Amino acid sequence: MAVIVVTGLEGIAGRIAGLAAALAERARAASADAVLLPHTPDGRELAGRLAARLGSPVLVDAVGVRLEDGRVVTEHSVFGGSFVTTAAADGAVPVVTVREGALDLPALPGADVVGAAELAPAEGRPDVTVESAEAVPVDTGRPELRSARIVVAGGKGVGSREAFALVERLADALGAAVGASRVAVDSGYAPQSAQVGQTGTTVSPDLYIALGISGAIQHRAGMQTAKTIVAVNSDPDAPIFEIADFGVVGDLFEVVPQLIDALEGR
Amino acid sequence: MKIAVLIKEVPDTYGERRLDVTTGLLDRAASDAVVDEIDERALEVALQYKDAHKDAEVVAIAMGPASARDSLRKALQMGADRAVHILDDALAGADALRTAQVLAAALGREQADLVIAGNESTDGRGGVVPAMLAEMLGLPLAGSLGSVEIGETVVRGTRTTGAEVARLGAALPAIISVTEKSAEARFPSFKGVMAAKKKPLEAVTAASLGVGPAAATSLVLTVAERPAREAGERIEDEGDGGRRLAEWLAARGLVGRG
Repeated sequence: MAVIVVTGLEGIAGRIAGLAAALAERARAASADAVLLPHTPDGRELAGRLAARLGSPVLVDAVGVRLEDGRVVTEHSVFGGSFVTTAAADGAVPVVTVREGALDLPALPGADVVGAAELAPAEGRPDVTVESAEAVPVDTGRPELRSARIVVAGGKGVGSREAFALVERLADALGAAVGASRVAVDSGYAPQSAQVGQTGTTVSPDLYIALGISGAIQHRAGMQTAKTIVAVNSDPDAPIFEIADFGVVGDLFEVVPQLIDALEGR
Repeated sequence: MKIAVLIKEVPDTYGERRLDVTTGLLDRAASDAVVDEIDERALEVALQYKDAHKDAEVVAIAMGPASARDSLRKALQMGADRAVHILDDALAGADALRTAQVLAAALGREQADLVIAGNESTDGRGGVVPAMLAEMLGLPLAGSLGSVEIGETVVRGTRTTGAEVARLGAALPAIISVTEKSAEARFPSFKGVMAAKKKPLEAVTAASLGVGPAAATSLVLTVAERPAREAGERIEDEGDGGRRLAEWLAARGLVGRG
């Protein structure tokens, strides 16, 4: 398998159209079986422009890539993991966007790793101007949500921004990332970056602990592929219990401090 | 100012969504079809400009089956001036590239100053169509904007990606895509509902737009439904719920045994 893996896309805004033209040349010259990019906002823009230039289909948000009978076949997790599909391109070399954290792209067999900085962007392509850019402080000292092995998430039942500290305490006791339901984010308990679900981050950790989360279908779409799901909720009818491997019906402000004490006592 | 807004009909995320396991395509019968929430936000961005600039024209464009007409009707009720429905059985199951080719032809006909799309649909979640359109139409794309300011000759907005917040500007004509952080969509007013009945809603086909057959396409090879998760053990907290949970986790090696 000869695939071009494009990396180093940080800060490419303003140059994406020019990079797409350069990358199209590179892909044609290399007779690659596929061009792989990360499924990030920048990666998708570069992928879309590249595909339009090459007349290639895009296989989006792949969680697996392999060569099958001489062509690249991708695997996808659809509708929050309810369905698993495989796909390929007919008639042209595919452009593939790969879900972040799903694959170690540079380690793929036959990967020709191309850093965006190595490409000379074509001149004169219409593009945006970056008027200013500033870094967002994201260093919370906790693992990144998308790739964390354990995620502790809080929802409406947490009740306030102050009380959300309990979710964070449990996360820190477990070395886990902190997640939140959309309601918790919209209510200001947790930052947007913590949102798990249909409109937030999709996570697939070994352990997902849902605290005060009812488990609306949009939330489940972002976490139901976790290997183990644990829920604490005061409402015995909360739908999260239908998918939880272990559920505690009770007050999370009673259960969680006791859980933290028990964990710290081990 | 002429603004084109791209609208997609999607299955409602409030219900179960299914793929047809024989075709790999969306099972449209399994869920209610609605205007994608992200596209309502895209439309809202256009309508807010129109609120302040009465001479602005807002055109809603959708490609989809006959039912997508309802999505366009809702866009007209919210305040779009007219709508274009690309309705063509030959486009059923079209992939992102094909969709972009057809939308590019429709947009080429409109010659809008600004095209507004959602950053990604809630069903396919591909997020590549706006960039394909930008490339096909030779326009700048300011993608994934959380806030938008539309000026006479330039559109600006903020884009948050990973660890950076950037302010982007693009000279018009341009394409932008907006995220769920952008404008909260309005509900159609009674007046809007009545006014929409008189607004033009045109149906076109790929052929009438002058788009030829697709040269290349993506194929779904296999579809499998993941077995539904089953509920496991459930306990009532009787004062020892936290300790029992800790024991359960430890017994499965999910937390350290200390």
